[in-house]
Amino acid sequence: MADTPLNAAVNTAGSTTAGSIEVGTAGAGAQLAGPGTGRTAVQQPIDARVAVKPSFDVNDFPVPNGREEDWRFTPLHRLGGLHDGTAAAIAERDGAGTDKVEFVLPDGVTAETVGRDDARLGKAGKPVDRVAAQAFSAFEQALVVTVPKDAVLPEPVRIDVRAEGGVRFAHVVIDVKPFAEAVVVLNHVGTGTRAANVELLVGDGAKLTFVSVQDWDRDAVHVSQHNALVGRDASFKSVVVTFGGDLVRLHPRVNYAGPGGEAELFGLYFADAGQHLEHRLIIDHDTPHCRSNVAYKGALQGQDAHAVWVGDVLIRAAALGTDTYELNRNLVLTDGARVDSIPNLEIETGEIVGAGHASATGRFDDEQLFYLQARGIPADEARRLVVRGFFAELLQQIGVAEVQDQLMEKIEAELEAAV
Amino acid sequence: MATLEIRDLHVSVEAENGPREILKGVDLTVKQGETHAIMGPNGSGKSTLAYSLAGHPKYTVTSGSVLLDGEDVLEMSVDERAKAGVFLAMQYPVEVPGVSVSNFLRTAATAVRGEAPKLRLWVKEVKEAMAALQMDPAFAERNVNEGFSGGEKKRHEILQLELLKPKIAILDETDSGLDVDALRIVSEGINRVRSTGEVGTLLVTHYTRILRYIKPDYVHVFAAGRIVESGGAELADKLEEEGYESYVKGGASE
Repeated sequence: MADTPLNAAVNTAGSTTAGSIEVGTAGAGAQLAGPGTGRTAVQQPIDARVAVKPSFDVNDFPVPNGREEDWRFTPLHRLGGLHDGTAAAIAERDGAGTDKVEFVLPDGVTAETVGRDDARLGKAGKPVDRVAAQAFSAFEQALVVTVPKDAVLPEPVRIDVRAEGGVRFAHVVIDVKPFAEAVVVLNHVGTGTRAANVELLVGDGAKLTFVSVQDWDRDAVHVSQHNALVGRDASFKSVVVTFGGDLVRLHPRVNYAGPGGEAELFGLYFADAGQHLEHRLIIDHDTPHCRSNVAYKGALQGQDAHAVWVGDVLIRAAALGTDTYELNRNLVLTDGARVDSIPNLEIETGEIVGAGHASATGRFDDEQLFYLQARGIPADEARRLVVRGFFAELLQQIGVAEVQDQLMEKIEAELEAAV
Repeated sequence: MATLEIRDLHVSVEAENGPREILKGVDLTVKQGETHAIMGPNGSGKSTLAYSLAGHPKYTVTSGSVLLDGEDVLEMSVDERAKAGVFLAMQYPVEVPGVSVSNFLRTAATAVRGEAPKLRLWVKEVKEAMAALQMDPAFAERNVNEGFSGGEKKRHEILQLELLKPKIAILDETDSGLDVDALRIVSEGINRVRSTGEVGTLLVTHYTRILRYIKPDYVHVFAAGRIVESGGAELADKLEEEGYESYVKGGASE
């Protein structure tokens, strides 16, 4: 059996696929409690993460040791010291690493570089872990991109970042004013050790599609928290695409500022040998009549390719009429890759429209290869066929033609390079 | 006229305590237009013969030869065999996540035919073939074999047989797990392909049931890794009445 559905219900135990695929089980973060465990109360991971007191100050967070629920999958020694102050010390000593940034700004859109004391910073949410707080505590200047009220942009805003080594902390604010409609593409290439907070303010009735592409060189380290604050009747679509880097850890978060908001979070990742690509997201439904939909898909190939996906959805007691669904699918192309996929759904009110989640990790195996080859399809083409098909459905949902084309090209390039 | 010649074929699989020989000298010639039924008890090696001909990596050919029109099939990769005209309808077709039936069929047809079929003609061809097998058009948008019932899987195999038009069709237990209606529909599909006279058919089966729909020219009894008796269609009647016991009792089957 190639495809092992992990679970279709709330926090049911999962199953582990055979061979070298290791799959995290839903709710696996829940620690045992009781006599002999040293703990007296059972704590759900989602509670633990929501209970963390967000703060702009790095000193409010202890240095993680890797046993914490939200750090247990991350190889801390490959973070380039982002978590323990050494990266900040390097940036202090050597000066911040350089980023070459190029913009495509449609008419009316502004991009400003502002100081730390700018009043527009920090409105979408606070850092929830030490690295994000480190980024906020240490960045020198912030980028504020503003899409004016009622503006309907004819083309995407592009922010192309080329990192040129060193350590750098960044802060970006994308402020889409009420009733504006925008697509913003934040593209990362190059290398270095980077930590950032990205604030996404979606005004009432506005529509924002935010695409973050991590097309890093193989040795880059990138940790970023995305805070979206979705206004009344606003639509937010996040598209996260991660191909490159040695360690990439992204943390998209959604909060709703008023009822009627909608958030779609799409993700696509392709982990090659030795890469650690981690996506953990939280959708905090604390406002009535909001919707969220999450779909992340990843392919893995090569020894010690590691993908982590943690999807937390919290429906609080006040969030009547919530409708949410989250899905994670992984396709393991070779032996030696590892997937940890953990959907968490916590519901504090029954007065909702719907809530569900699904996670599955499938394997492209020798029998599938034989089947396709027995129909005349050469081995390399067979593998491409499977991967393309796997991602195609998700790509179609992005809804921005030029972005879709660019991503399909990237996928083709990944396949050419490594299969 | 296409001819598949199997000569003294010996095939092993890796078992826990070293290689185990499953095929112990198979001789068989299948010509275009002919239908051969290979019948035998479980474990006799008849499926191994089918998969070895298609080139499944699990099986190692230790000696013997397989020629298709004089070309050495054993030297070919799995996809090269398919392109040369060998088709294996599998007993347990596997799921292929993320690949739709329509995409799969077109990719396979392009590979086997050496060029992409013209889109309009292709759409019509697929539609007609699916209708003949009483398959819902929505089937084309599902992922290959994902969530298919047993009957759907077999229809899908025969759909590929009709579209890929091989020289030699090896049908491995295509009848197993089918109810009477599905068996009839699948058999009609096989007969449509046979009636072109352009395919040599190797029908591997445990039961005589499918032979009510598909009349073989030759019946071969397979036991203990080789053909132990060959005859015409009447041999199937004998098997229907007497079963495989006489072949097994002689120590022929493992």
